[in-house]
Amino acid sequence: MLAKRIIPCLDVSAGRVVKGVNFVELRDAGDPVEVARRYDEQGADEITFLDITASSDDRNIILHVVEQVAEQVFIPLTVGGGVRTVDDVRRLLNAGADKVSINTAAVNNPQVVADAAGKVGSQCIVVAIDAKQVAPGKWEVFTHGGRNRTGLDVVEWAQKIASLGAGEILLTSMDRDGTKNGFDLGLTRAVSDAVSIPVIASGGVGSLDHLADGVTLGRADAVLAASIFHFGDHTVREAKELMRARGIEVRL
Amino acid sequence: MSKVAIIDYGMGNLRSVAKAIEHVASDATIVVTADPAEVLSADRVVFPGQGAMPDCMRELDARGLRPAVLEAARNKPFLGICIGQQMLFEHSEEGNVPGLGIFKGEVRRFPADKMVAADGSRLKVPHMGWNEVWQKQAHPLWAGIEDGARFYYVHSYYVDPADQAIVAATTDYGIPFTGAVAQANIFAIQFHPEKSAQAGLQLLSNFMCWKP
Repeated sequence: MLAKRIIPCLDVSAGRVVKGVNFVELRDAGDPVEVARRYDEQGADEITFLDITASSDDRNIILHVVEQVAEQVFIPLTVGGGVRTVDDVRRLLNAGADKVSINTAAVNNPQVVADAAGKVGSQCIVVAIDAKQVAPGKWEVFTHGGRNRTGLDVVEWAQKIASLGAGEILLTSMDRDGTKNGFDLGLTRAVSDAVSIPVIASGGVGSLDHLADGVTLGRADAVLAASIFHFGDHTVREAKELMRARGIEVRL
Repeated sequence: MSKVAIIDYGMGNLRSVAKAIEHVASDATIVVTADPAEVLSADRVVFPGQGAMPDCMRELDARGLRPAVLEAARNKPFLGICIGQQMLFEHSEEGNVPGLGIFKGEVRRFPADKMVAADGSRLKVPHMGWNEVWQKQAHPLWAGIEDGARFYYVHSYYVDPADQAIVAATTDYGIPFTGAVAQANIFAIQFHPEKSAQAGLQLLSNFMCWKP
């Protein structure tokens, strides 16, 4: 059986892993290659890098980071953050990324999803959706870290980008992000049931049980978490052992 | 010293494949090449592929690589990966295109009506992630790899060989499908060894010392 995936997410700024809560008080948390290797050794199924480099001058640094990691860590790498054009996608793939995640650019111009999937294949294209609940059972797509509303319904948007050729959806609840209260399971389930492509749940993980809930109750195909792993609270291996104990198929 | 050619016909990034082979065979000469002469002079050949099979076939022919691939597949240790496995077959449902026809059989899409998990939830396509690879025949490329070891897959189509004797491994995803085929000097896999951590590196290491 296909295993449910656990994906640690690393925020990278100007070539270094940084960690902080809600983007406040970012602290240096090490060399991306070292951190990625550590997660690989713990049994991470993939690694996601989110480039949060503020200055556009430093944008190319992420390419070197990806090159270095891809030379030494032999599991899939997804890279997101500031990806706007098909050329951006190509550059990241050529540097060694396996998948590239597009967020705001997809909202501004959905055709970029179709163009990118047409050029490099759907399997390389992840669309990231930042969602906020606006009514019971209803969520809206937001951009810019939850500041800007788009008027788009999350479920309809998910179906649209799937039809445009996205290979996977990275779904983050902006209501839960940073809260440690667990995924928004209603959101996760609604999107996962509505599309035929895999959905990665994100935002709000505070315990290992939350990861398992994302799969069993949210029906996510993969779960992504940052702080629970970065701050040394838990290892990926512990997460997998708990998921297995709860009857979830994992790679151990 | 052994020279391995990774055939580059412009479909996808081959850096990871090259780096993974370098990792397990540091004394090998690794060339990523679109030059038929380089392919023909190599001791072993890796035939990868990403994206859509119609595009892969078109780009392969645009670079005049088809004769070199066919020749290499006749006598050199030859490893097909992902679309590089699918292209060895006669025909694909994807874009309704003919393949190289080295193996008889069809490349099929996962059937929508069969994609249901045991708990009733939907199995997503593409089939993306780590799944168990069940070995169907003893083979030098399985050396040191447990039966049922997990490898990383990402695909929506799979090969359906006419001759079941070439099936080297199967994987279950809604249906059992062929994950690997083997015949003489050819070994071809749907999953990605370069992204499959230790099991994948072991397979590549096995390939690099394989003497079919």
